[in-house]
Amino acid sequence: MSFLSYLINGISLGSVYAIIALGYSMVYGIAKMLNFAHGDVIMIGGFVVFTATSATGMNPLLAVLLSVVVCTVLGVVIEKVAYRPLRNASPLAVLITAIGVSYLLQNVALLMFGANPKSFTSVVKVPALNLVGGDLIISGETIVTIVSCLVIMAALSMFMKTKPGQAMLAVSEDKGAAQLMGVNVNATISLTFAIGSGLAAIAGVLLCSAYPSLTPYTGSMPGIKAFVAAVFGGIGSIPGALIGGLILGVIEILSKAYISSQLSDAIVFGVLIIVLLVKPTGILGKKISEKV
Amino acid sequence: MKNGKKILSVLLAGAMVLGMAGCGNSSNSGTSGSASGSGEATFKIGGIGPITGAAAVYGQAVKNATELAIDEINAAGGINGYQVELNYQDDEHDAEKSVNAYNTLKDWGMQALLGTVTSTPCIAVANEAAADNMFMLTPSGSAVECVANDNVFRVCFSDPNQGLASAQYIGENKLATKVAVIYDSSDVYSSGIYEKFAEEAKNQDFEIVAAEAFTADNNKDFSTQIQKAKDAGADLVFLPIYYTEASLILDQANKTGYAPKFFGCDGMDGILSVENFDTSLAEGVMLLTPFAADAEDEATQNFVSTFKEKYGDTPNQFAADAYDGMYAIKAAFEAEKVTPDMSVSDICEAAKTGMTSITVNGLTAGEDGITWTADGEPNKSPKAVVITDGAYKAMQ
Repeated sequence: MSFLSYLINGISLGSVYAIIALGYSMVYGIAKMLNFAHGDVIMIGGFVVFTATSATGMNPLLAVLLSVVVCTVLGVVIEKVAYRPLRNASPLAVLITAIGVSYLLQNVALLMFGANPKSFTSVVKVPALNLVGGDLIISGETIVTIVSCLVIMAALSMFMKTKPGQAMLAVSEDKGAAQLMGVNVNATISLTFAIGSGLAAIAGVLLCSAYPSLTPYTGSMPGIKAFVAAVFGGIGSIPGALIGGLILGVIEILSKAYISSQLSDAIVFGVLIIVLLVKPTGILGKKISEKV
Repeated sequence: MKNGKKILSVLLAGAMVLGMAGCGNSSNSGTSGSASGSGEATFKIGGIGPITGAAAVYGQAVKNATELAIDEINAAGGINGYQVELNYQDDEHDAEKSVNAYNTLKDWGMQALLGTVTSTPCIAVANEAAADNMFMLTPSGSAVECVANDNVFRVCFSDPNQGLASAQYIGENKLATKVAVIYDSSDVYSSGIYEKFAEEAKNQDFEIVAAEAFTADNNKDFSTQIQKAKDAGADLVFLPIYYTEASLILDQANKTGYAPKFFGCDGMDGILSVENFDTSLAEGVMLLTPFAADAEDEATQNFVSTFKEKYGDTPNQFAADAYDGMYAIKAAFEAEKVTPDMSVSDICEAAKTGMTSITVNGLTAGEDGITWTADGEPNKSPKAVVITDGAYKAMQ
């Protein structure tokens, strides 16, 4: 029975990783850059909901919508101001810029909200599920997290079949050729950032509802774990992010439960190394041969 | 046009850098200016602690209480007739930043250090201070190694003493027969308490049925640790950790319908001031702390009301430690007739002798006051408090 409960906790944690990993994966797949500020957009999403609900008493669902809007705008602005001017610069320069944006967001949040941890009131009002006479309790947050993760994955997969989705695929394959075929590359990349950051807001709300402590550093460690999940599943691939996130979450929880609570991170990263040795592009990653 | 934009952005970036540099300069010259401007000799006391970052509650409390104590001391004529000046630096609970802060204070002319607040940075700074023979009194650095050098003293209990006292308290009051521990193995404070607790548990009438660790990189999800404690049938969970993680554990235990007794140490202090925290989750949580803000003695009540008036917040145990620490420095300086024109090393030697001869009847003292041994450890009696109706109440 406790195995089942560990497994469900692992899937719940993994679902949060998966939603965050989606943002990393989409941006990497299309703009070919690692957006390290993604984890901090999550944190901003959490703070928007926290401020809206606790200061103005806004309806939690409205607050989540507001947070999605704020993060979407923020993502587009970050792309326009910090990344677009570097579109043709070396990948290293863009990477450093992303780290810079990440620190900027953390410190702005530190200035605005202070360092004291805030206790986040869960926006999830779904009652916990009591199974097997109370031996197995699945919290409402867990249910909502897993369901939203699946819904988002399905919606994104459908979106990829639409015209803007096809444009994204085209840009990810070859920016220059896509432009020649009449795809607006700048608009497509902006759209990618908009979707990725909107998802970050939802991930932030789910993360803070499940683990209700909010500080300016809340997003950084889950961000890194989710990045690992994205690499694990094959960066650039949407189902890969889902699988990577879930596997990461389950390994983390099970190794805590059955091997050692101290070694769980070492085990998670050890598995990552083995996967990358065997399959360098990740579980679902496609091998793209360099064009000559 | 494109070039124009580029120039504009470079200019803006330049302006930002200059603006920031300006900030740094002005604040620095602000503190040193008042020092040299006053003309008369003053005692320069340095303070280091986390004013920002995850442990900010402690650093802020220590800073406020130190200021409060110094204002009182200055109003009453200073130490040996000299006024006292404070320069407080932020270390964000980071060892490297703490050493940087120490060097900044040395450049400022610090003569004694009341700090640092948290254990890990404290150990790093203590080594620097030992090399300079700078007198150092940490209000709350509780790791054993904090006072390894003979120039360092502390106000709070050491980690082993907290672990020992917690185990004895749980055993003697028969609070539980099966105990689970959740601790932070990446933190010297937490693992220090845990080790001594586990050792002493063997002599007590309870059994540790689960000892689960987590690390600083893995401090969000506690569902596994809670599940293991629950499966082991623990009726009390001992949490020798800081309040940020403790608040998450209380919440997650509540969500899974697990309601054991919770017992914490001084790091748990502060849990009630977490913004928006549902204090009903902490109802019945017990913690061992040398200071309870609702104590009825006059000194505590005066301190609490002045502190509230000035900073709008109920002081926690860290504030009380810092307040006592400042008065301990005063007492030690007065016992050995220290003056500001002495060298840093001479002040340190004198204060070391002074510390072992004084008794401070402080806020964290209990009835017999605090005395110090030459190895830097305080002697005082611990108190246990229990959270009732969202406030600390002394345990009977």
